[in-house]
Amino acid sequence: MLAFSYVVAPHAETALSLVCGGSNATFIAGGTDILQLLQEGVIAPPSLIDINALPFSGVQTEQGEARIGALTRLSDVADDPGIRQRFPLLVQALQETASPQVRNMATVGGNLLQRTRCLYFRDATVPCNKRQPGSGCPAWDGLNRINAIFGGSDRCIAANPGDMAVALLALDADLLVQNVEGERRMRLADLYRMPDENPQHETTLASGELITAVLLPSNEAAGHSYYLKVRDRASFEWALVSVAAALEMDGTRVHRARIVAGGVGTKPWRLMRVEEALQGRPLTPDLARQAGNRAGDGAAPRAGNAFKVPMLQRAVERALLTAGGIA
Amino acid sequence: MDSQGPLPSTPASRFDIGLIVNGTSHRLAVDARTTLLDALRDRLHLTGTKRGCDLGQCGACTVLLEGRRINACLTLAVMVHGRAITTIEGIATDGELHPMQTAFVQHDAFQCGYCTPGQIMSAIGLLNESRTTDEATIREHMSGNICRCGAYTNIVAAVRDAAARGS
Ligand SMILES: Cc1cc2nc3c(=O)[nH]c(=O)nc-3n(C[C@H](O)[C@H](O)[C@H](O)COP(=O)(O)OP(=O)(O)OC[C@H]3O[C@@H](n4cnc5c(N)ncnc54)[C@H](O)[C@@H]3O)c2cc1C
Ligand code: FES
Ligand code: FES
Repeated sequence: MLAFSYVVAPHAETALSLVCGGSNATFIAGGTDILQLLQEGVIAPPSLIDINALPFSGVQTEQGEARIGALTRLSDVADDPGIRQRFPLLVQALQETASPQVRNMATVGGNLLQRTRCLYFRDATVPCNKRQPGSGCPAWDGLNRINAIFGGSDRCIAANPGDMAVALLALDADLLVQNVEGERRMRLADLYRMPDENPQHETTLASGELITAVLLPSNEAAGHSYYLKVRDRASFEWALVSVAAALEMDGTRVHRARIVAGGVGTKPWRLMRVEEALQGRPLTPDLARQAGNRAGDGAAPRAGNAFKVPMLQRAVERALLTAGGIA
Repeated sequence: MDSQGPLPSTPASRFDIGLIVNGTSHRLAVDARTTLLDALRDRLHLTGTKRGCDLGQCGACTVLLEGRRINACLTLAVMVHGRAITTIEGIATDGELHPMQTAFVQHDAFQCGYCTPGQIMSAIGLLNESRTTDEATIREHMSGNICRCGAYTNIVAAVRDAAARGS
């Protein structure tokens, strides 16, 4: 680990002024991803700005829109009675995230901004366009079992590894973001960028912007929802494939569906073809199978991760059956 | 600087911090890079807390921060300035083993013992969370602690037993 300086920011203004303007200083919240990246020499920021003293923790779920402060620990969100009652999909995704120890430390904001698990990104001794722009993408023809089947190119096929963002997208969440000019509200769907020409730019946040909260609309679909995570072992592992299914039902008919997949895209991946296949139809085992088959539309797998296509199709089918209560 | 006083208000690379470990206040000068695991093992010579992976993946370094289990390897020492840490060295009282330690001994819940301090601290943290303690819940909520010797069956039995005795 290279040397860095450290300071606790007492106010958001201090944090913002220390990180803006190309200083390369980095916010640290729970530290659970930053510490891994520092230990492995993947990042070497000159300065860490600790944001834990800022007033952005806590959950409000009374009525209408729910608000989750960006510094709330994942375990506190998952154990919150209001969240458990109103957003079981989010609780499931969080309970299947990392380990109890990590969940006690990790924050909501940090979780949304965790970096990819691509083996080449996490190994500072090999090329990687994300880590060292222009150096190449060894994953394209290399060990790409955990990499993305959607949204990649020969420049980068790193998968977004998160679970919570997948559930939050299915619940149509927004974010509150603060910068030196003030606060703005944005859709979570607009946070992540496609790798395209510049895989090093992963989000639409400007340097020095702070996420302060996640906002969740009252959600008709929350009651018919399911998070299915498929991984190499039963617990404490990132997803090979995950599916968040949120169904707004009108009797037995699907009024509206939001289906999002994790582990398969360069960002959390909304499965529009699946949603269209469900729209307005009575949910039956046959429909779940047909809609599941559409989950592979547009996939561009590589040699090592082609198994993710049928795995995703069947995971969607199973998530739909479970969410709809007909499994 | 006072060991519980505030840290400098501008970025610095060296710090005088205070750590309350197992009820005792310690004052130490650390680099910003020093992890809590390094501080406990190399500076305070509390080597019961183990280093397995240094990446949050094994749980050998589990300690309690104000009663909540965390990975000491993913925590910078300076980030827990002034706060209370409990390690495996701090859970026995007056020479009496903690009930979780007793349960691990009675159930033979280890082979080499390397993961054991982390398992025990994690299990105490789990009971502090007041969850149900059926076998499935224990297995899921102990999954942050890997045992290379595969002593899982007896670890689960020990945790169930300690939970049933209300430890
Ligand atoms: C062993 C292990 C297993 C894991 N398994 C899973 C898993 O199964 N599923 C999963 O989804 N995740 C998993 N994770 C990842 C974990 O969830 C993340 O590391 C964690 O959520 C990051 O949150 P943090 O607060 O610790 O972030 P930090 O490490 O503090 O920060 C991460 C990034 O976010 C930035 N940041 C933090 N907060 C803010 C903010 N409010 N505004 C702007 N920028 C901010 C930081 O600058 C940094 O770039 C695992 C982690 C470990 C160590
Ligand atoms: S040493 Fe901390 S989790 Fe492995
Ligand atoms: S007893 Fe050997 S690692 Fe668990």
